[in-house]
Amino acid sequence: MRLIYLLGALPFLGILGGIIFANRVEPFVLGMPFILFWIVMWVVLTSVIMAIIYNLDPVNKEDEPK
Amino acid sequence: MNIALLIIFVFLALAIYLGIRARRGKDMNLEQWTVAGRGFGTLFVFLLLAGEIYTTFTFLGASGWAYGRGGPTFYILSYGALAYVTSYWLLPAVWRYAKENRLHSQSDFFVSKYKSTTLGMIISLVTVVAMVPYLAVQFQGLGIIVSEASYGSISSTMAVIIGVAAVTIYVIVSGIHGSAWTSVIKDIMVLAVVVFLGLYLPFALYGGIGEMFREIEAQKPGFFTLPSEGQSIPWFISTVLLTALGFYMWPHTFGSVFSAQNARVIRRNATFLPLYQLVMLFAFFVGFAAILQVPGLKGEEADLSLLRVSLETFDPWLVGLIGAAGLLAALVPGSMLLMTSATVLSKNVYSAFRPETSEERVGTLAKFLVPVVALAAMVFTLTSSLDLVLLLLLGYSFVTQLLPALFFSLLSNNFVTKWGAGAGVLTGVAIVAYMEISGTKLRAVFPALGSLGDTNNGIVALLVNLVVLVGVSFVTRPSKAVREQRA
Repeated sequence: MRLIYLLGALPFLGILGGIIFANRVEPFVLGMPFILFWIVMWVVLTSVIMAIIYNLDPVNKEDEPK
Repeated sequence: MNIALLIIFVFLALAIYLGIRARRGKDMNLEQWTVAGRGFGTLFVFLLLAGEIYTTFTFLGASGWAYGRGGPTFYILSYGALAYVTSYWLLPAVWRYAKENRLHSQSDFFVSKYKSTTLGMIISLVTVVAMVPYLAVQFQGLGIIVSEASYGSISSTMAVIIGVAAVTIYVIVSGIHGSAWTSVIKDIMVLAVVVFLGLYLPFALYGGIGEMFREIEAQKPGFFTLPSEGQSIPWFISTVLLTALGFYMWPHTFGSVFSAQNARVIRRNATFLPLYQLVMLFAFFVGFAAILQVPGLKGEEADLSLLRVSLETFDPWLVGLIGAAGLLAALVPGSMLLMTSATVLSKNVYSAFRPETSEERVGTLAKFLVPVVALAAMVFTLTSSLDLVLLLLLGYSFVTQLLPALFFSLLSNNFVTKWGAGAGVLTGVAIVAYMEISGTKLRAVFPALGSLGDTNNGIVALLVNLVVLVGVSFVTRPSKAVREQRA
């Protein structure tokens, strides 16, 4: 278990835990109700987080047999 | 026939033509027909996975829920992202085992891991049952598209029948290669149409996206948040969890992982796919834009909102292109679901009874079963009154029950026995089926739970499943002497 893998827990915390606090309309952000903005933000962050994990994970540097 | 329908049928013909072409030059044995010789790189695996996930559910179901329900719709945007996170670790393990053991299907996986063809059979039947509502989503979507685009000249029942026939023919001629190529056209079209509609409609009808949200909020205060009862916060969390966990339990998704060249291809995809989720956002915008434009669609009818608002706003040729995108969004996943159900029934149910059946015969029987499964799903489509999203959630509640058995089988020291796995899955499925058919809601049975009682039935069943799986495994564990002898 590599430490970097712990980053993978963040999207779960952000979306499943965050919704408890983000279930509101105000303030509107980028024209969207806050709850929608919150989720969109986490979808984008998930991609970023996974890209970081992918790039730091030594497994992806190894030559894999086809 | 009007121009809109004509365009839709031209695209159907093109999809079938591409399917036939893709097949040429390849010897279609079972390995080719189902897992494309395990030769797909990052791009094709991406297209396959994206293709299965962005279905007529995205197109009509997501906009329909946005139109009819508001806030709870946002669950659709959330679960994919979490599923992709999980996939980074889950899928490479599955892929490697499948390659080493030359597996073709999800049921093969369980048969091989638990050394039980009976368990494989149980899993197969459960997944086929789960795929029927998912297929119904595609058929119902096709029906809506064809009948709406005909401006009422084709009844929705007739339209469903046409749709079922189209998907069936498509699967029989093409197998997985057709799906991969048509995926390319489909993804481009769905992307273009949904983004166009999602931006054009709010600006044309409300003067902007922010303006649209404010106007709806002014007319229906609180529409965009989760209510305190029903689809409340506990419902949201449990439903996102259920669908994120069940995401890769669908046999066709599980199976398309097998077609990857190597494990890195799969991990790479875990970084792109969450962003692709954002396409859903535009589908939501379409549904919201329709609220004040085509009011009055109740219940199941909300699924019509995208097409109704398009019919009111655009010329028939554009409605035809929108319909064609929807057609492909139903055809590609529909064909995968059909092909997978038929293969699973043939290989893991029929052959389990008759192990002497040759691989060639399994392939032939699978093709023969395609129209049979299609007919069953058609009957379900025509008799069910659930909307597209509820149909899909029903399928998810079934298919997620496979997760505990799969998860433990990937551990190097798996204590779960075939009895435990089978009992867990069957208990979970029985609970879901009972609660759905009888309309039981946890909150009604245990009012003291408050909003916790809104927890998704599928998650409740999953917890019981887990307890049964662990309990039965300990009871049926081989004695220590036997285990040492085997080791």
